Amino acid sequence: MQIKILAFGIAKDIFGSANINVELRNNAKAEELKDLLEEKYPKLKQLASYMLAINNEYAQNDSPISITDEVAVIPPVSGG
Amino acid sequence: MDTQIEISSEPLKTQACIDWVMSPQCGGIDIFIGTVRNATNGKNVVKLEFEAYEPMAIKEMEKIAEQAFKKWQVQKILVHHRTGILEIGDIPVIIAVASAHRDAAFDACRYIINTLKQTVPIWKKEIFEDGEVWVAAHP
Repeated sequence: MQIKILAFGIAKDIFGSANINVELRNNAKAEELKDLLEEKYPKLKQLASYMLAINNEYAQNDSPISITDEVAVIPPVSGG
Repeated sequence: MDTQIEISSEPLKTQACIDWVMSPQCGGIDIFIGTVRNATNGKNVVKLEFEAYEPMAIKEMEKIAEQAFKKWQVQKILVHHRTGILEIGDIPVIIAVASAHRDAAFDACRYIINTLKQTVPIWKKEIFEDGEVWVAAHP
């Protein structure tokens, strides 16, 4: 399945775009997506940390991703 | 218990925030106003840029307000956050809390701004004369 990934902050700079499309197996876990993204964009590994969000909630490594989900890369936040 | 949470690209209005939390049951209002500082680690900052993942940021701020209502006896909570380019002295964030007694308002206000900085998906870019950096991105 093809998933659109939203990117914010420094993740947007790393991807060179506010969103990218990634090919992922059905019901892949968040951890697999992280591995895949880090392989394609090694600079992600240099960040202090980053999370994935699925449908506006922080994801755990074992959270499943389905084709209708809104997925986002959340680099370290710095609001306020 | 009443909450007002907003993300806006327009300048934040301090007086309107105070007016909104005012209520006859409350003996006090605690307000935190973040302002853009002209330097970080001794380096001059020209301006800041704030970006938000808006639907998730609103959701996370709602969670923080809910937690604050559970922890303290407060009546009203307001959280407004700005996005876009901000100049020195501009206001990126306003937190206002009203409660019957002051201790709850002080404690809740501090909790809300501290937690917002840890969990709400909003990002700040510092723009210097000779470059720019996303705050906290790298160790």
